[in-house]
Amino acid sequence: MLRYILQRLLLIPVLLFIFSILVFALVQAPPGDFLTSYIASLASSGSSLDQELIDMLKAQYGLDKPVHIQYLRWMGNLLSGNLGLSLEYQRPNAELIAERLGLTVLLALLSFVFTWVIAVPIGIYSATHRNSLLDYIVTVVNYIGVATPNFMLALVLMWWAFSYFGLSVTGLFSREFEQAPWSLAKVADLLKHIWLPMIIIGVAGTARLTRIMRANLLDELNKPYMVAGRARGLSEWQLVMKYPVRLAINPLASTIGWYLPELFSGSLIVATVMNLQNIGPLLLRALISQDMYLAGSILLIYCFLAILGTLISDILIAWLDPRIRMEKVGA
Amino acid sequence: MHPPAFPLLSVQDLKAYFYMDEGVVKAVDGVSFDVYPGQVVGIVGESGCGKSVTMKAILQILEPGGKIVSGKVQLRVRRAGRPDLDTGGPNSAEELLDLTRLHPNSKLMRKIRGAEIALIPQEPMAAFSPVHTVGSQIMEAILLHNKVSKAEARQRAIDAFRAVGISMPEQRIDAYSWELSGGLRQRAIIAMALSCNPRLLIADEPTTAIDVTTQAQILRLLRDLQREKDTAIIFITHDLGVIAQMAHYVVVMYLGRVMEQGPVNEIFANPRHPYTQALLKSIPSVQSTPRVRLPTISGSIPHPFNRPKGCPFHPRCTQFIRGVCDSAAPELLAVGKDHLASCFLYQSQEVTA
Repeated sequence: MLRYILQRLLLIPVLLFIFSILVFALVQAPPGDFLTSYIASLASSGSSLDQELIDMLKAQYGLDKPVHIQYLRWMGNLLSGNLGLSLEYQRPNAELIAERLGLTVLLALLSFVFTWVIAVPIGIYSATHRNSLLDYIVTVVNYIGVATPNFMLALVLMWWAFSYFGLSVTGLFSREFEQAPWSLAKVADLLKHIWLPMIIIGVAGTARLTRIMRANLLDELNKPYMVAGRARGLSEWQLVMKYPVRLAINPLASTIGWYLPELFSGSLIVATVMNLQNIGPLLLRALISQDMYLAGSILLIYCFLAILGTLISDILIAWLDPRIRMEKVGA
Repeated sequence: MHPPAFPLLSVQDLKAYFYMDEGVVKAVDGVSFDVYPGQVVGIVGESGCGKSVTMKAILQILEPGGKIVSGKVQLRVRRAGRPDLDTGGPNSAEELLDLTRLHPNSKLMRKIRGAEIALIPQEPMAAFSPVHTVGSQIMEAILLHNKVSKAEARQRAIDAFRAVGISMPEQRIDAYSWELSGGLRQRAIIAMALSCNPRLLIADEPTTAIDVTTQAQILRLLRDLQREKDTAIIFITHDLGVIAQMAHYVVVMYLGRVMEQGPVNEIFANPRHPYTQALLKSIPSVQSTPRVRLPTISGSIPHPFNRPKGCPFHPRCTQFIRGVCDSAAPELLAVGKDHLASCFLYQSQEVTA
């Protein structure tokens, strides 16, 4: 097992190298660069830069060099632990990301907990009461939940809250707290705001997880070990919770690692629609303005977390399921 | 063998139906038989004749949609030192309990499962959870029915493993089911069933999926354990050879009904029902002429939603009496000592009229 984990860890730099090329290529893919889009936005507001200044900025940012040189410069900086400077904000990328990281992780963790706390019990109920009225209701609600894009849900809820209750539910803070330093009152204000994005981001995942839990459990409920368990005198509740639920949750638990990149990405579209101060809008803004080092840094961290998450998932499933554990020890 | 005066289990006119969207399946449609202490009762029949459903109905562990419609399942229960089995009746060492009157999930019914009646389930290969050790699942049964510590339960599980002939029981107890061979898994299942000293053991096709050598070992093991502990066994199989080897008494089922029942020698030497006769003819024998096709029973089992009217076997019967067999179902009546058959050939016309 240890050997296996080591092998996987050694693979990470190789994968990251490949991803870094892909990420860089993607960020570079739109025509033009940061300066051309900057000039365009200046032009649309009526002002302009003279050519001399443009050439100077180009040289300063290295935008006059060929693409592979730009990539090597970026890589060199990254290897020495430097995420570079944001072209747009004129601040270190690491700082920009760090100041939004806390809220991003908090929101993602909350919607993760929300998803699991709601989905697993409902999935269990749905499977053990298959084809009951409540199961049908849950099924319909789930289909709606899966099918509704969450930014759409966000828009509808925002409109509804505003037009019926006069509430503005965008953002994570009330206006007076937005720039205020941290205090108990600010935390309370955050809690007042964060539940709605938590639910909106969690809904689709909850619906999906409920369906998977239900399907996995239904498979297990017909297994012969259920008959054997009943025949040795276990009550239905004891039996269901101890054996089939454990077996049905295994494949789900193994996906927990995949949430790691989610924790960081901050549900880009919903966060933008709801004006949440997390990493999502930062990435979107960076992509639009072709702030390539900021976008590249965020995407590369995202890739790294995805690789790490997959490894965590694999370790988790081996830990949970002795059949897989033995296989890997044997290999 | 002389059976004791009172049966341990008495099944009387048991009916269990499944209510489905497509209609009602009468899986068990009036089954009666007795099991005496220490007796091995073999139940034979083709697939889908209701053997397993009858057993699940006795234990009240029918699949969703299945319901006991009528009939009784009388079980003689030990009361001495078992306050949990106290049903409030007059005090005596044993009490007759109609299991169909108990709620399937009631505490008393659960106390009976595993402790009084144990089951060796149909697919022993999958009867253990793959992510829990076999030992933990056997200990679970012991801890459910006995007030013992975990260490004591573990010791009992190891003893049960030793009793069924598993070598190195201390190590094997911590194995997962998929680490054991088919024969060992089968033995582990038997160890679990016997771990709480039940007085009745239901073995549902315990030798179907294992090779012939292991099968013979398992049968010998069951017979030895049965003699040693005087456990009664209901042995379900479609293998008449196994029945001849194991059973004292035989019940032949077809489409949820008992066709014939009697002592094993009577059934094999003097079968009365055309269905039993046909079944026996289809067994290959050393004396049968080589290179001749084995006789088979013509036709096939009807679809459960299309039960034939009258005797369920009449469309395939060679001695079918028009206007009689297809109009009413025959009753199960005596055709010899302890020997009953449900066939119009042995029933006077007054009875049928």
